[in-house]
Amino acid sequence: MMLEVQDLHVYYGAIKALKGINFHLDKGEIVALIGANGAGKSTTLNTISGLLRARHGKIIFEGKDITRAPAPDIVRMGIAQVPEGRKIFATLTVMENLEIGAFIHNDQEQIRKDMETVFKRFPRLSERRNQLGGTLSGGEQQMLAIARGLMTRPKLLLLDEPSMGLAPVLVEQIFEIIQEINQQGTSILLVEQNAQMALSIADRAYVLETGNVIMEDEGYKLLENPQVIEAYLGGRH
Amino acid sequence: MRSSIVAPRLSLTQKIVQTKIIGKALIALVALAVLYLLAVNAIKNPTVFLQQLVNGLQLGFVYALIALGYTMVYGIVRLINFAHGDVFMVGAFISFYAISRFQLHDWVAKLSPGMSPFVARAIGSITVILLSMTLCALLAFVIERVAYKPLRDAPRISALITAIGVSFFLEYFGALKFVFSPNFTPYKRPFDVVTWTLGRQGFGKLVEGEGVPEGNIIFSNIFVIIVLTSIFLLLLLQYIVTKTRVGKAMRATAYDKPTARLMGINIDSIISITFGIGAAWAGAAGMLYATAFPQVFFWMGIIPGLKAFVAAVLGGIGSIPGAFVGALIMGQAETLSAGYISTPMRDAIAFSILIIVLLIRPTGIFGEPSREKA
Repeated sequence: MMLEVQDLHVYYGAIKALKGINFHLDKGEIVALIGANGAGKSTTLNTISGLLRARHGKIIFEGKDITRAPAPDIVRMGIAQVPEGRKIFATLTVMENLEIGAFIHNDQEQIRKDMETVFKRFPRLSERRNQLGGTLSGGEQQMLAIARGLMTRPKLLLLDEPSMGLAPVLVEQIFEIIQEINQQGTSILLVEQNAQMALSIADRAYVLETGNVIMEDEGYKLLENPQVIEAYLGGRH
Repeated sequence: MRSSIVAPRLSLTQKIVQTKIIGKALIALVALAVLYLLAVNAIKNPTVFLQQLVNGLQLGFVYALIALGYTMVYGIVRLINFAHGDVFMVGAFISFYAISRFQLHDWVAKLSPGMSPFVARAIGSITVILLSMTLCALLAFVIERVAYKPLRDAPRISALITAIGVSFFLEYFGALKFVFSPNFTPYKRPFDVVTWTLGRQGFGKLVEGEGVPEGNIIFSNIFVIIVLTSIFLLLLLQYIVTKTRVGKAMRATAYDKPTARLMGINIDSIISITFGIGAAWAGAAGMLYATAFPQVFFWMGIIPGLKAFVAAVLGGIGSIPGAFVGALIMGQAETLSAGYISTPMRDAIAFSILIIVLLIRPTGIFGEPSREKA
């Protein structure tokens, strides 16, 4: 197991956001966490990334307990997050955003190569490399956010709502890219409200509801699960 | 077709209030009066006017060095660091002790007497300014760790009040007899003042005891040193912020701390470095200011600190070029109002600028950079 989350409890002040969730992810998998607003999906990712503190429970990554590790250390171990709402640095250029992604690395030669790879994958970013991040369109910003995450050379990529606010064509493009990244050996933990898209590419998925995992199965099976169809896929298609 | 929505008819008073016409007219009137005053005086006696500009430039560059610290710290932790002016004061005192007590400015001359005195003094003075900068940076690290870091997640007003507390602490700790003493102390410059004249006849050296030739402006080596040092430090800062790894991390941290952490940036060290750089620049300003106005005093940081703060607001707090431009404007405003209105009025006018900026353009000249679209 690459990542194992055991009985995770997280609070925002007095409000309990995660009520003891368990899940795991094997190397090379795409695992999706789906659920409505407030189910605790982003909270889970932020706790893994070290931005939030767990009150109980454990997060184990490649055999190491990372529950109490600070966020910068977690990136160094190989877990990168592409945050919800993209959160690119609007006042930095596209290049600088990518350089910040490579902040934890010092080997200039390899960073340059990574950058070339990223620009090959996202030619739009290459065209706009000297533009400020804030001037990009929503889709370009999402690409930049993913590219910036890749610059950290992650073993595990956490993606928080990558389809948010994007046109359907772009959503498909982004999901293709996610699959490509996965095929090249990066494991992926995907949080999505767009359950349809997420389940269609996920090896396995967990359904979260108000801080609990209520279902777990292989992606395509959940797509056919009547309960899931009812609650998250908008009835029958 | 007639529109169904009818614009509500405004009464005259409502119009006046809504368009803020009176305030705008008043400001326009003041601006015109100032321009008129300046133009009349510039035509009547261009030499004096140019001389004022030169003096204002010297002051403006010192303010710029202080203002950079305000603006950088505000940019990264959204804190008006009111202790910054007192760090400037400490910088002046450090250079004072280094020169008067330890003769640090003379070390090269003592070690190798054969060296040209100019070079020896230059290296010695640079040593002193570097010492001031380093110690001020260390002081700022300590202040940040002890006073501000524990309040990082507290409401902003708590940190602001703490900054005022730190400011008082530095002032009155400095006023103690065994620290900096409560008295004005004459400052010994690390080099002798040389004054030059510049006029139609060309460039010349002012001989001591002789008057300034008619139609000439004068400037000293202090002016040259202040301008060159400030420009160098400004460019260095610009380079650090835009080109280096730390600078980029500083900008990322200023923009979005949680995301910066997700990229592996240790925001605590970045914040410390920002405080350190700001304080180092203020330390340099302290030495330059004391060289230009040769006395040191434990309250000497208050007024230059506040003026630099106004400069930072005027330029757009958070913006580095803004701080620089704002400071140059403040320098001119101060010397011109001292020259053409009255000396005691210069502080009143400087702070009126703050009020006017806050009224008509609170974001300052350069404003905040545009935010990411939602």
